[in-house]
Amino acid sequence: MIPMARLETRSRAGYLLLAAIVGHVLLISAQVNSKSGVPILEAVTFGAFAELQRGTAALTGSVRRTWNEYIALRQVREENEALKHRLAETEIQVQEQRALADRTRSLAELLELRQSLDLKTTAAEIIGAASTPDFRTVTIDKGSQEGLAVDMAVIAPAGIVGRVVIPSQRASKVQLLIDRNAAAGAIVARSRAQGVVVGTGETRLRMDYVSTSSDVVVGDTVVTSGVDGIYPKGLVIGRVDNIDKTSGAWQIGIVPAVDFSSLEQVLVVLAPTSTSDAPQQGARP
Amino acid sequence: MRIAGLAIATVVALVAQTTLARFVSGTIVVDLVLVVVVYAALLAGPVTGLLTGTFAGLLQDALSIGVIGIGGLAKTIVGFLAGVIGTQFIVSQAPSRFVVFFAATVLHAVIFMGLYQLLGLRDFGAPYGKVLEQAFANAVVGTVAFQAAELLPGAVERRRMNRMRRR
Repeated sequence: MIPMARLETRSRAGYLLLAAIVGHVLLISAQVNSKSGVPILEAVTFGAFAELQRGTAALTGSVRRTWNEYIALRQVREENEALKHRLAETEIQVQEQRALADRTRSLAELLELRQSLDLKTTAAEIIGAASTPDFRTVTIDKGSQEGLAVDMAVIAPAGIVGRVVIPSQRASKVQLLIDRNAAAGAIVARSRAQGVVVGTGETRLRMDYVSTSSDVVVGDTVVTSGVDGIYPKGLVIGRVDNIDKTSGAWQIGIVPAVDFSSLEQVLVVLAPTSTSDAPQQGARP
Repeated sequence: MRIAGLAIATVVALVAQTTLARFVSGTIVVDLVLVVVVYAALLAGPVTGLLTGTFAGLLQDALSIGVIGIGGLAKTIVGFLAGVIGTQFIVSQAPSRFVVFFAATVLHAVIFMGLYQLLGLRDFGAPYGKVLEQAFANAVVGTVAFQAAELLPGAVERRRMNRMRRR
């Protein structure tokens, strides 16, 4: 026989579960029916957490710097004799210069892209990744304070990265183009065949709605068409990797131009998208 | 005290998830927040599992670009059921814990992806391989975390005793 106290505890847990389920369902319903902008809860929580991510990014950065510039250096010094001391220092200096050169090159590429674009942009650093494996997003260190707003395009020297979906005051959530719900108006640079590039949730992209009479071959460069009103026209999206023409609608696989796993700095397009036909710098195949 | 500990564990898991994903190339499969929810449920029962699931899920939802509540609902149910299993069955061995973490991840994916599909908000395609991959990764991390949490205090104590004997 089950004691009364245990039964009461069980029923209490059951009521609690029921209340939690009802609460969640109401919460989901409210959002699904709503057509308004970003929910306040989302913006506030994201804003607060972005500060935590900023701190973590700074901490991991300083740990990496400490490791690279101090601990590793100390180990080298400990292992070497006094005669090798100068050599060790030179090696470290070379490493620092190389790191500096890499960073300068990366920033120079961003600057070059920025100058070549006829658009107002701002540079931002990536400080965090997605909170759940089912979404492909990153957090950048610029927010509404710097003029960022929903649906602003985010680009890199190699091509387009994604769009701003949640801007808080000092940080923003960016939906990557490879996210399942992401899409961009696209055009094949060589033949001008139009379509829509969509994310797959994996590291590749897919081009849909391409006419079966279009001229598309493997290796073609796909660029933004600008029709979505988010991404400036002519920026590189990727390269056609495979085409399955057996079914009614073509299955076109695309390898993104941007390596999303090694992104560190990006540019956010602050002004509305360009309507000129001239391809942007990043569009050159 | 326990509530504060679980809240901190959830936030730490979220920070680790968002930080690690930056340095791991490709898609990171493990869901550390779900691991914390199942861990708490197995350790402290259905009510703690439910509350941890609600808190962790809603927090994760608020930080994602999805609908707030879907992840919360999935983690609430998973936390509750994992807690029920933890109190009704003996899950003190690594293989049984592995199975619970594995099944909890699959159930979470069914509820999470099912709701998104049902509401027409997101198409996950045929994610069977990815779900199994994530279930395996979560099960490994969860089981190892349990083993470490159980073995670590004993190992530290033994080391302390050995030092004292040597003196």
